[in-house]
Amino acid sequence: MSAPSPVQTTQLLGRGKREGRIFQVLCWMSTWSSVAILLVLLIGVAYQARGWLDWEFLTSFDSRRFPDKAGILAGLWGSAWTILFTILFSVPIGIASALYLEEFARDGWLKRTIQINIANLAGVPSIVFGMLGLTAFVYMFGLFGAQGTFQVNQLSFLGLTIPLPLGRCVVAAALTLTLMILPVIIVASQEALRAVPPSLRHASLALGATKWQTVSRQVLPAATPGIATGVILAVSRAVGEAAPLILVGATTFVLYAPGNIAAPSDIVENPQGLLEAPFDSFTVMPIQIFNWAQQSKPEYRQHVAAAGIVVLLAVLLLLNAVAIIIRYRSQKRLNY
Amino acid sequence: MNRQLPTFVFAAAALLLAGCPGNDDSGDANPAGGAANGEVEGEVGIDGSSTVEPISSAVSEEMARIHPKVRAPVSTSGTGGGFKRFVVGETDISDASRPIKESETEAARENGVEFIELKIAIDGLTVIVNKENDWINGLTVAQLRKIWEPNSSVTNWSDVNPDWPDEEIKLFGPGTDSGTFDYFTEVVCGESGASRNDYSASENDNVIVTGVSGEKYSLGYLGYAYYVDNQDQLKALAIAPEDVGNESDAANPGDGPYMPKGAVLPNADTVASGEYTPLSRPLFLYVNKASLKKPAVAAYLDFYLSDEGQALVPEVGYVQLNDEQLAETRAKFQGAVEEVGATIP
Repeated sequence: MSAPSPVQTTQLLGRGKREGRIFQVLCWMSTWSSVAILLVLLIGVAYQARGWLDWEFLTSFDSRRFPDKAGILAGLWGSAWTILFTILFSVPIGIASALYLEEFARDGWLKRTIQINIANLAGVPSIVFGMLGLTAFVYMFGLFGAQGTFQVNQLSFLGLTIPLPLGRCVVAAALTLTLMILPVIIVASQEALRAVPPSLRHASLALGATKWQTVSRQVLPAATPGIATGVILAVSRAVGEAAPLILVGATTFVLYAPGNIAAPSDIVENPQGLLEAPFDSFTVMPIQIFNWAQQSKPEYRQHVAAAGIVVLLAVLLLLNAVAIIIRYRSQKRLNY
Repeated sequence: MNRQLPTFVFAAAALLLAGCPGNDDSGDANPAGGAANGEVEGEVGIDGSSTVEPISSAVSEEMARIHPKVRAPVSTSGTGGGFKRFVVGETDISDASRPIKESETEAARENGVEFIELKIAIDGLTVIVNKENDWINGLTVAQLRKIWEPNSSVTNWSDVNPDWPDEEIKLFGPGTDSGTFDYFTEVVCGESGASRNDYSASENDNVIVTGVSGEKYSLGYLGYAYYVDNQDQLKALAIAPEDVGNESDAANPGDGPYMPKGAVLPNADTVASGEYTPLSRPLFLYVNKASLKKPAVAAYLDFYLSDEGQALVPEVGYVQLNDEQLAETRAKFQGAVEEVGATIP
């Protein structure tokens, strides 16, 4: 191979530049095409929801007779309760599992097996978790009597009555969603923990801190931004999920919120409702939207469902905003 | 009835005492059904067909005005899914778009669940084509079978009748999980579930509406409510029953769109009278007899079958029972209420 002549070099350089330019344009196009599709969807839905999404829509229960009186209140409260309990169950278990696997577990076949299983679970379709939730939480494997003979057994303490088996209630749904999003939270938290520089751990241990002190005061705070991102992604998935909840008994048409708490003022008037709500029947926003899209009256699928989608998107955006704030604030405190 | 009166009154009093503690005056008979009705409390468990759901939900909605303390949430696990819960006694009422199967009745018997079947409305399955379709106004059942039977050889309209356009026939219909699919295939193809499968299937009837209204050479079938609520976009076909309609004798052998002899268009009158046959099907509620003793369930059903409750049926797109059928359903309900010694609050 002889060295290229100056003319060839200029040609090669020119070609390289052209290729670079083409690649840049392709990347630009793929970015903007996805943004454009999203915009078309958002604008389309917002346009259909225009005039239908008002305060009344947010503060009324559903209506099957009059599309203009239908509201998403039952779904809003149902989703709020379900997600609250899903977070309460899944976040501690998820982070603790990730900590164990990353910081404490010794490398070996056991850890590898658990790891592979968690990765596999993350890919299981949500409807399968619905079936599992139905057997494990709604019927509790029939341990407390035959299916259907509900609330024969119950646990009572401090004014709180827990039906056994749980039946079709908020907590059973939250436990099902917990199973569904746990793998995602564990994997994301593990990644976040792995991203913490080992030098931080070494420094802490070298200064005489115990393993527990190192993990709780150094590693965990450093990993919080990453963990928060993973948790919010997982929770957002749970908010939009309908299929497994239909199986574990979310209802389609309800005219009450769990525990009869349909406004913040109801909590003051009826504090007992707070204890009843977790074991009450419920519906969630995605199921309401799904059902509206199936109604025969065109107003439901054209406008009411669109208004519901806008509300669901707004809730998702709100959750994401919370995640960004958590990430920003915890990142500011890091100083390495 | 007189013979049963003492037990009846006793059971009624006991129930009311149990149902409304500390409310002695609700034990009074309240034929006027006025203010005292507000005291009925309790939950009615309803699950089943998504076809019947709009009727039950509309009834729940109105119930909430009359009896604010009665909770009647409606779930939609489908007719089969609803029966699975009903036969173990988990729900009080099961919405159904087909009669209960022998196997389901058997399961109910094993679990000691006794029930009654109440016919509450009629649905007329409607065969629809595009608005621009100007070559047919009706079809015979035999022609429908030729189009929809398994392994059907029909690909173009002209395969059914050489006078029709030589264009591909675009078929739309409900998915296999739907009660509409079960009923249509049973009536048209002779066996539930027997259908060609190279058509656009959707569990959401609105997709069929959109599909047929967007394709000139399309044909589909769906529930009557979806036709009624989207009439401006669709054209319904008159259907000639097996023994009347015959492919060869068109009512108008000359010009104009094809119309078989004896074909009937679906509308409130023809569906209610049974003249629109064989694609009319009754919709049912199955009620656990033991549940009738719950004041909330009895009140809910009483309202469902009242004139006011039945007026909601056409409002959500279905066809009301005729007077005779409604009287029969009411008598069945009253009979069951008396049989278990319950009372209607």
